[in-house]
Amino acid sequence: MPTEVDTQALLAMPDALGHFGPYGGRFASETLVSALEDLTELYEKLWQSPEFQQAFDKDLAHYVGRPSPLYHAERLSRELGGAQIYLKREDLNHTGAHKVNNTIGQALLAKYMGKPRVIAETGAGQHGVASATVAARLGLECVVYMGSEDVRRQALNVYRMKLLGAKVVAVESGTKTLKDAMNEAMRDWVTNVDNTFYIIGTAAGPHPYPKLVRDFQCVIGREARAQCLEQAGKLPDALIACVGGGSNAIGLFHPFIPDTEVKMIGVEAGGYGVETGQHAAPLCAGRPGVLHGNRTYLMEDEAGQIAGTHSVSAGLDYPGVGPEHSWLKDCGRAEYVAINDDEALDAFRTLTKVEGIMPALESSHAIAQAIKLAPTMSTDQVLLVNLSGRGDKDIHTVAEIDGIEV
Amino acid sequence: MSRIQQCLQSLKQQGRKALIPYVTAGDPEPGVTVGLMHAMVEAGADIIELGIPFSDPMADGPVIQLACERALVHGTRLVDVLEMVKTFRQQDNQTPVVLMGYLNPIEAIGYDNFLAQASEAGVDGVLTVDLPPEEADSFCEGLKAKGMDAIFLIAPTTTDERIKRICAAGSGYVYYVSVKGVTGSSALDVDAVASNVDRIRQYTSLPVGVGFGIRDAESAAAVAKVADGAIVGSVLVNKIAELQQQSDQIPAAVAEILASMRSAMDQ
Repeated sequence: MPTEVDTQALLAMPDALGHFGPYGGRFASETLVSALEDLTELYEKLWQSPEFQQAFDKDLAHYVGRPSPLYHAERLSRELGGAQIYLKREDLNHTGAHKVNNTIGQALLAKYMGKPRVIAETGAGQHGVASATVAARLGLECVVYMGSEDVRRQALNVYRMKLLGAKVVAVESGTKTLKDAMNEAMRDWVTNVDNTFYIIGTAAGPHPYPKLVRDFQCVIGREARAQCLEQAGKLPDALIACVGGGSNAIGLFHPFIPDTEVKMIGVEAGGYGVETGQHAAPLCAGRPGVLHGNRTYLMEDEAGQIAGTHSVSAGLDYPGVGPEHSWLKDCGRAEYVAINDDEALDAFRTLTKVEGIMPALESSHAIAQAIKLAPTMSTDQVLLVNLSGRGDKDIHTVAEIDGIEV
Repeated sequence: MSRIQQCLQSLKQQGRKALIPYVTAGDPEPGVTVGLMHAMVEAGADIIELGIPFSDPMADGPVIQLACERALVHGTRLVDVLEMVKTFRQQDNQTPVVLMGYLNPIEAIGYDNFLAQASEAGVDGVLTVDLPPEEADSFCEGLKAKGMDAIFLIAPTTTDERIKRICAAGSGYVYYVSVKGVTGSSALDVDAVASNVDRIRQYTSLPVGVGFGIRDAESAAAVAKVADGAIVGSVLVNKIAELQQQSDQIPAAVAEILASMRSAMDQ
């Protein structure tokens, strides 16, 4: 476990060029560098300003509906017979996931920068919906890039985005999933950099995105820490969150970094099993490389080509991960595990039946880890799980697996 | 003096401009590339930019994305690209070869390993699209130590302060990206290119090559008037795509395009 000095250093990251230890940075095309520099400068200034903080907090309270509850899942805890499971209910946010915390923040930045057009990439569609939502509210043109495979898997969210006035572009290149959507969004941005703000959906990409997305999402961890102290009378013994790019996880983890007695467990998508190679678990089974503007753990072949990924959940189906997670892994402050498709599906069903809460398939990975871990712990211990999104969008996927036409 | 510097200096003495074609190594199949490189030199190419195929070419338009996909179908790895340069060097010890691509394939084989192998193969310069000078200190030193040039991009959005930094980090030449966009974007605006090339020249004596948006003899000649070199990629790669089923015709067809550019530039 890191010493006190280490955690202070962790809290101060990233450095001025966006580094988390050897990870992060700004590995971007030259055309984008001045836009990234401008964004960094503006962000650092605004984030310190009381007016910006007030505007952000006001939107989180009255538009998103924060604070989100911390819910003691008593029946689930009792049935598992171990640790008390508390769920941070990000699924109850407006638009149904944690993603909106970040899009509210970035939309405010776009407004300050006077950009009339926003673009976004999306996997499960939650970030696309959250981006289309804030764009609708501010009257901004919005284009969302989505892999054509995900357009098929997430038809409901595609239609939601269209109703919100966004244009959804189905990306046919590469593996037709989230990484290709991000490539295409980068290409759009490089072409329209003068009038366009790129709302990146996860705590990855070139500096300053991993930092600003984390800062916007840290509201999750700050609230959860206070709520847990109030309800359980102590800090949690462990935090659990799913990790695709890792924005909900970093938002939960970061405020707990100095609390070294609190374990942090990130759950990657094990797909058909890490041993099969058909997964999306770069921290568990990848190695460091450079993609999408940052150095981080990646899934790649021997020659450095990015590998295809598989997960039942579109939002975790990504070969990279936010650079801060790479560093938290290397320095040992957080640990990362993988949950397979079938375990996540079981958790989806269990939480729905036992607590009447239908989790997103992404969040079901975190629930599955909690279901594994709780019985090994005592009844006075606390597991705090980030329920990052609701599962309505996944009903078609689950029904298809059950062989039922909805 | 590096092969690139010698080449550009001798062109300057002759009052001529550099014609710099780009092709993706291994496109449409690995067997084509070395012959194509020789054909391009015969047609008047001064420097060859050889693309390292990458699965996620974020800065490239659809034409070069597809070229990467074709090359990767045949499993063209960075080490195979280096092997092609080595084979090319058996017959041509004069024409500079610049590897152009993304950082991750280089990271994957390791910087020291790459530098040693590239230098041994006869590579003269390296341009990594997603490696800005801020992150490139040790890589640039490594290239320099092996006598290779670090080529950097300058964009229309690059500030004067960054131009200084980029030119200080780079050597050989700088590559001015003529339009905001990906490779194969819309036609360039020669007046805007001219004024930006002048802006760059305030800060450096490095030759300035201009690429993105050169699609025919006319635009190559127009760029040659205002810059030190014309870099042409997507129009050649498009021709390669057209002829992917008749790959034996590719060298001659690409050479024909380059020859027309060469003669327009030399007029």
